[in-house]
Amino acid sequence: MAKRIEISGLHAYYGAVHAIEDISMTVEPRSVTAFIGPSGCGKSTFLRTLNRMHEVIPGARVEGKVMLDDEDLYGSDVDPVAVRRVVGMVFQRPNPFPTMSIYDNVAAGLKLNGVRRKSQLDEIVERSLKGANLWNEVKDRLSRPGAGLSGGQQQRLCIARAIAVQPQVLLMDEPCSALDPISTLAIEDLIAELKSQYTIVIVTHNMQQAARVSDRTAFFNIAGTGKPGKLIEIDDTSKIFTNPSEKATEDYITGRFG
Amino acid sequence: MSVKGAELELKSLPRVSARRRMADRTVQSLVYAAFVIAIIPLVSVLWMVVTRGMERLDLDFLTFSMNGLSSSDEGGGANHAIVGTLQQVGLTAVMAVPLGILTGVYLVEYGGNSRLARVITFFVDVMTGIPSIVAGLFILAFWLLALGFEYSGFAGALALAILMMPTVVRATEEMLKLVPNDLREASYALGVPRWRTICFVVLPTALTGIVTGVMLAVARVMGETAPLLLLVFITDAINSNPFEGPQGSLPTFIWYQAGDPNPQAIERAWAAALTLILIIMLLNLGARLLARLRKPVSR
Ligand SMILES: Nc1ncnc2c1ncn2[C@@H]1O[C@H](COP(=O)(O)OP(=O)(O)O)[C@@H](O)[C@H]1O
Ligand SMILES: [Mg+2]
Repeated sequence: MAKRIEISGLHAYYGAVHAIEDISMTVEPRSVTAFIGPSGCGKSTFLRTLNRMHEVIPGARVEGKVMLDDEDLYGSDVDPVAVRRVVGMVFQRPNPFPTMSIYDNVAAGLKLNGVRRKSQLDEIVERSLKGANLWNEVKDRLSRPGAGLSGGQQQRLCIARAIAVQPQVLLMDEPCSALDPISTLAIEDLIAELKSQYTIVIVTHNMQQAARVSDRTAFFNIAGTGKPGKLIEIDDTSKIFTNPSEKATEDYITGRFG
Repeated sequence: MSVKGAELELKSLPRVSARRRMADRTVQSLVYAAFVIAIIPLVSVLWMVVTRGMERLDLDFLTFSMNGLSSSDEGGGANHAIVGTLQQVGLTAVMAVPLGILTGVYLVEYGGNSRLARVITFFVDVMTGIPSIVAGLFILAFWLLALGFEYSGFAGALALAILMMPTVVRATEEMLKLVPNDLREASYALGVPRWRTICFVVLPTALTGIVTGVMLAVARVMGETAPLLLLVFITDAINSNPFEGPQGSLPTFIWYQAGDPNPQAIERAWAAALTLILIIMLLNLGARLLARLRKPVSR
């Protein structure tokens, strides 16, 4: 069910600010693609154009084409809400719904979209929590608030919540940057398992993490403050980290600038 | 060895200076003094109302009206006033709470910086400053004089709604602004439409705060007297139809009884004041309980 994403000539703006410029790339299904690059180069912005979350911000707009298999996400009659059901997202800071229990957090996407049958919900909640490697830790306290879990558990809860609606693609924006090393490893293991079913795109600031979890790596850069971010290159992760084509990529991953 | 070193280091750390300790003490006593001064009127008012109100607050007081009694008579009660107040404030809440919450939701979730949102904010600000007597006069001119309706609890509720709405809008606005944007985005990212996000994620998160704001607004209008004197008038008999004819109400009952030199009337005024406070307290407790029931069980 995972789908290929083909981006061509993509620009994103915040009002008059040109945030990312002319990005074209292909994201392969059933693989992990990592986005790396210095802060402010537009990784999050680009990620958010892939499930039409960018336009949620007032004044923000997108130009260009994003094809999900053979459908254009920015086609004139495409409903952005429907796009987000197909392309799920996990955020930098774990953000479980504070008024909801663990169960309701996972079921939220389904319940809010009209699934009401208890047996069906039970089944999906269990499957999603198992999929997020969280089931064993929470199965005895599903009715307790999601906000009562540890940071790493909360992030896995958010992943369970995202996969409960059965998306084709999973976008993750620095999902481990607020977590301790143990929880980070747990999430990385999880990503490795999830990639057999989903197309995964992960933004990370951690070069080792990109090297560990991803099959392909895209390096983004920015010419200077106020300039739009650009894609410098995308290639197999092993190639990017051993023998990148671009000088800027090499400088970045060897820490010669940041 | 190292223990000695640590001791030396500790000794060399500077002590809190006498001046800073003095400043700390002074500010602390000032804060306590301010607290006591602020609490004195509150406690003494409560004390007065409770001790003097208790003398007459009994089942008779709650179940009898003043029908056929003169102010110098013993006995009588505020049943007609309680019924009136509950109906008038109930009608007020039915009108002002949904309108106020919807307006607050519009301003925070949809309005953004649009011209309409700015105009609404301006008028809400203006409404917040309207004196109650002016709201009463407006309804008097509009509802009673221009449209020709007669005195009724509903006319009073219209004026109270004008007073209550801006408070509810403000409370809703403030509470919705406190809801982190992360939660809205988390919901959108699940493919949940905006209106469902607002109903099932944003509003529940802000619920406790909104309920508190609404209760404050209810408490505020429950004590309003002037618009009721203009629009509901007063009566000594029970009128349980808020859409027709004069009704009693606790504030007007207190005003009327307290203006009477007879000690029996004064006693009834105190008992009515205590009743009013108790009703507000009960409503508050009830609302809090309701808000708590909606939270996930936490053990
Ligand atoms: N909500 C926003 N409004 C205006 N500008 C923004 C907003 N979010 C990000 N930007 C700008 O867009 C550029 C790219 O930001 P971002 O995508 O967050 O970079 P990254 O995730 O790579 O650190 C930055 O210059 C940033 O200032
Ligand atoms: Mg970012």
